[in-house]
Amino acid sequence: MNFIKKAVIKSIVNYKLTLGLFLCAVVVLFGVVGPAFYDIEKQEVGAGMPMLEPSSEYPLGTDAQGRDVLAWVIAGTPATLRIGLLAGILGVVIGAVVAFVAGFYGGWVDTILRILTDVLITVPGILILVIAASMLEVVTIELMAIIIASLAWMGPARVIRSQVLVLREKLFVDVSRLSGEPDWKIVFLEVAPNLMPFLLASFVSAVAGALLASIGLEVLGLGPAHLATLGQIIFWVDFYNALLRGAWWWWGPPILVVIILFVGLFLASVALDEIANPRLKTRV
Amino acid sequence: MKLSYAIKRIGVFFLIIWLAVTLNFGLPRMMPGDPIEQRLALITAFDEYAATNIAEIGASYRKQYGLDKSLVNQYFTYWADLFRGDMGVSMSDFPQPVAQKISAAMPWTIGLITVATILAFAIGSLMGALLAWKRAVKYVLPVMPIFMVLSAIPYFLLGLLLIFSFALVYTIFPLGGGIKIGMAPSWEWEAVVSIFKHGMLPALSIILSSAGMWGLGMRALMVTNQGEDFMHLAEAKGLPESRIFFVYALRNAMLPQITAVAISLGFVLSGSVLVEVIFNYPGVGFLLKQAISGKDYWVIQGIVFILIISVGVTLLVVDLCLPLLDPRINYQKK
Repeated sequence: MNFIKKAVIKSIVNYKLTLGLFLCAVVVLFGVVGPAFYDIEKQEVGAGMPMLEPSSEYPLGTDAQGRDVLAWVIAGTPATLRIGLLAGILGVVIGAVVAFVAGFYGGWVDTILRILTDVLITVPGILILVIAASMLEVVTIELMAIIIASLAWMGPARVIRSQVLVLREKLFVDVSRLSGEPDWKIVFLEVAPNLMPFLLASFVSAVAGALLASIGLEVLGLGPAHLATLGQIIFWVDFYNALLRGAWWWWGPPILVVIILFVGLFLASVALDEIANPRLKTRV
Repeated sequence: MKLSYAIKRIGVFFLIIWLAVTLNFGLPRMMPGDPIEQRLALITAFDEYAATNIAEIGASYRKQYGLDKSLVNQYFTYWADLFRGDMGVSMSDFPQPVAQKISAAMPWTIGLITVATILAFAIGSLMGALLAWKRAVKYVLPVMPIFMVLSAIPYFLLGLLLIFSFALVYTIFPLGGGIKIGMAPSWEWEAVVSIFKHGMLPALSIILSSAGMWGLGMRALMVTNQGEDFMHLAEAKGLPESRIFFVYALRNAMLPQITAVAISLGFVLSGSVLVEVIFNYPGVGFLLKQAISGKDYWVIQGIVFILIISVGVTLLVVDLCLPLLDPRINYQKK
């Protein structure tokens, strides 16, 4: 766990990682602690009069259906985060397993998995998502995450595979092979820990990619319809032309939360990439 | 060895096409929910006269789409139809052919996104190259953080912010659409100006959100070039700085960037769905959104098919052309 110690030290020094994690933490706290301070029941349709400007009773006003915007955004944040996290974890785990199997065993296993990855990577993800999501009748958070993850593992698989290929040739792998360790032990106890920085970096970018895909689907009206998510709020913003109506209190907050989250994730992933891959260091 | 590489690569291409067509055929048929039944329910709800002989309408729909035949039969008919460019007929605008709908939307998307992608690539690459150039870095460095933050923001949200700033607060550009309402697209001056004005904000949202990424990539490539022998030689020859920058450094760092831009041009049709939705831009993405909300499965399928083909063809062309562009690339096995 040397890497974690290193990352902690570096995060204090590395302002990008600190700022990135801070921004992500702000959004997470907003969604997790928010309900304790504010009644999110008010996100229901008809909780107030429609199109109210911000006031002491409705700090961020209401939308065209009388939903309290603040309650709505608080309720939507954790749902969006859950989809992104779940899909990101699934994507990296599937990608890592494929990469370890392909990279470590090589031969025809590698060939088949590589062709499969290459073929699937050409398929425009959002379109398959559109087909799948538009044909399911009820979309839950978990289902949404699975749909997104099924097309999010190829990126991590490619990156990790190339690293496994490098590590496979290292002396310590030969040593443990000669000392009779089973393959799975070599993969998980010798190779995987050395790839922690890479796994973490591809996890962060997988989460960002999954969030982008999920918000995109929701903006198209394909998300979980019965649940508040940030993308769904933006769908209604587009549906009711909130921009034209000048309802800044309605379209502003969800966009702001999404932007904070994405900038945070972006900074964190740039910083983690630099730690995992020192050659990328910003030097001129 | 080269020929066998090309054959293998073309084989993968056909594998992609086969997989795409089969998925496209299979997915809708595997999913719960019958589009015909949904359509009929809609008709019954809105049209009392038609509701009286709904069974007949259903049967004629099924016949039209060949859904009354066996699955194997349907699969082969699907292939045969695709070869003839027949993607079925739209359900929302029955019986307008899907191919006609898509080909009407395509020029809009291709025009907008190609121009935007190339501009973003040019601006970003130049910026990135200057970032790695000692005497220029101080001019570029201050704007870089702005582009980096912009590149983190989803482009469709950037689009919303642009609409707010430049179409509502300052009414410089139109709110959306592809051309002034009532005007037909043509090569006349007025129409061209209108198309240009309408394309400005959507293009800007793509350029602003992607220039930063091109910049980062280019900077990394330029950094690896510095300190190479040919760079020293160019300096030793006393060549003017601009010539060293453009002809020696930039040109040699360019190849991976060109590959990347070629690939992203393959994704032109699919990359823009949400921009078109936000701006009501009459391209393929907007058509897709309409098809989704109207549950017009044949249009969705047609669009997905076209997209996969365009990506597959681009990747094939890129992979086959690269060894010709750069002799250092060969795909021989050790």
